[in-house]
Amino acid sequence: MHIASAIGPRTQSVPVDTVRLNETPEGVDLGLRVAGPAPRALALIADGAIRAIVYLVLSPLMVLSGFGLGLSLIAAFLLDWLYPVAFEVFSGATPGKRSLGLMVVHDDGTPVGLPASLIRNLLRVVDFLPLFYGVGLLSTLADRDFRRLGDLAAGTLVVYAQRRPRQTPGQTGERTGAALLDAPPRQPPLGLPLATQQSILAFCERSDHLSAPRRIELAETLLAHLSASPDGRTDTRGLAAVEQVQGYGSWLAQGRVGD
Amino acid sequence: MRQGPFEATHATEWADYRRLLADLEGRARRPDPTVDRELARFPALYRRLCAHYALARTRRYAPGLIAQLHDLVRRGYPCLYRRRLAWLAPTLGFMATTFPRTLRSHARVCALAAALFFLPAAFMGLACGQDSELIYSLMSAHQVTELESMYDPGAAKPGRGADRQADTDFQMFGFYVMNNIGIGFRTFGAGLLLGLGSVLILVFNGLTIGAAAGHLTHLGFGSAFWPFVSGHSPFELTAIVISGAAGLLLGRALLAPGHQTRLGALRANARDAVVLVGGAALMLLLAAVVEAFWSSGGAPAGVKYLVGALGWVAVTLYFALAGRAAPGADHGA
Repeated sequence: MHIASAIGPRTQSVPVDTVRLNETPEGVDLGLRVAGPAPRALALIADGAIRAIVYLVLSPLMVLSGFGLGLSLIAAFLLDWLYPVAFEVFSGATPGKRSLGLMVVHDDGTPVGLPASLIRNLLRVVDFLPLFYGVGLLSTLADRDFRRLGDLAAGTLVVYAQRRPRQTPGQTGERTGAALLDAPPRQPPLGLPLATQQSILAFCERSDHLSAPRRIELAETLLAHLSASPDGRTDTRGLAAVEQVQGYGSWLAQGRVGD
Repeated sequence: MRQGPFEATHATEWADYRRLLADLEGRARRPDPTVDRELARFPALYRRLCAHYALARTRRYAPGLIAQLHDLVRRGYPCLYRRRLAWLAPTLGFMATTFPRTLRSHARVCALAAALFFLPAAFMGLACGQDSELIYSLMSAHQVTELESMYDPGAAKPGRGADRQADTDFQMFGFYVMNNIGIGFRTFGAGLLLGLGSVLILVFNGLTIGAAAGHLTHLGFGSAFWPFVSGHSPFELTAIVISGAAGLLLGRALLAPGHQTRLGALRANARDAVVLVGGAALMLLLAAVVEAFWSSGGAPAGVKYLVGALGWVAVTLYFALAGRAAPGADHGA
């Protein structure tokens, strides 16, 4: 167990994380990354700026007294109360939230609907108290999922929109994992704990994105933990270490060639 | 099964799924008719992907593969479990059944809100009708002067101050929408403060409206005031009371959650409360139309009183009867 505890320390304990797991009807866990007060405040500022610009654009309406002024009052009402609702229901996020990569979902991960969006946005009045979202800030800080009072009542979460895996220009959504298949398989030591196996596989997948010295450094560290000797010294160094770890990864991923 | 063969076996399925997903996500922009026929496969493919993701996790395949499958499943989930959006038919259905039914199921809270609004109004109306100085305990001298100018029987358009006489009906409509629906929303939202906010707004509005009515009648301006307010008051006053009742529902969830946690009770009550607020907002919209285009018009006072009375009858019948199943019919909802 010395290896497991060295490479994946305390894998059993609950990590300090903002990922909220939500089980779908298909029985798989989907991770939602909830957003904290800071990005949400920035999104609010961005939305405020957008609304201010719309007010400016509409201000010529005021010159046409009567009908124009009536229109501008209705526009002010819509901007004040229904701007977030309309954007959340139709596209999942206001432009300000979208610019920060956030979106609003029900707490089961489905896109937010009209009733929930209305609840969370009408209750903004209370979150806004006493000044600039004081109550809302306290509530987000106290709640595990960073929900303000409106979110609590509506059952909604503000989450990061899904993050796409990193892609290099030549690829079309396919995974980078060439190293997993290219390297000649080598048999790893017997009885590797699962956490260690995953570390080896993760190293192989990500080694394309690492600089050569960093790749060597990580491979040597991995091998040092795998070696049987208690002082953790290995003879394999440099590029040979990288090849050896990639060989282990290849074995773990596809077995002996021709298996 | 090792990871390599696993990926090779399912590669075509994943590619198909990716293609459908890309089409679904970009649907608003350019729907692709050739994909339409294939979309029926999407739910089945999605479930396969879920199974693959679960397998990859339990078999401890490479983290990159797991992350990739997780991303694919996560993008598919909202496509499959999206709620349908439509506007006109649901809005009509909402006003025809959902709103009056929800209202009746919370009749006691509504009665409480009505009492909190109408009792102070009646009290203040009677008191201000006796004592012309009492209104100054509630409003500043400037506000009272403006109120008096609005309902001066000599003014061409009642309900508008001296500086508003030239404003068009549409401008007043915009003003009523912004002001009145905003008040309705705030009355609801303030209920989250243990219900106290809603109580305060209801009582204060009741006192103000009662004071205005009593004071103007005492001055002899009733001939301008009462015909003006009779047309829209059936909708406006009830809608404010309903907004307050929605706020009280939130407060009740926090003060007396019953057999639920406070959070659970708040969520359950908020679902009903937002129905009440939505209905009240639509009623306030109707009230704004009536107030802007009818109440200030030149129809004789008798006609206006008649319209007002019909309005109260219509609102009462609507609350009492709309959305009820026919007698003996099976309760489907």
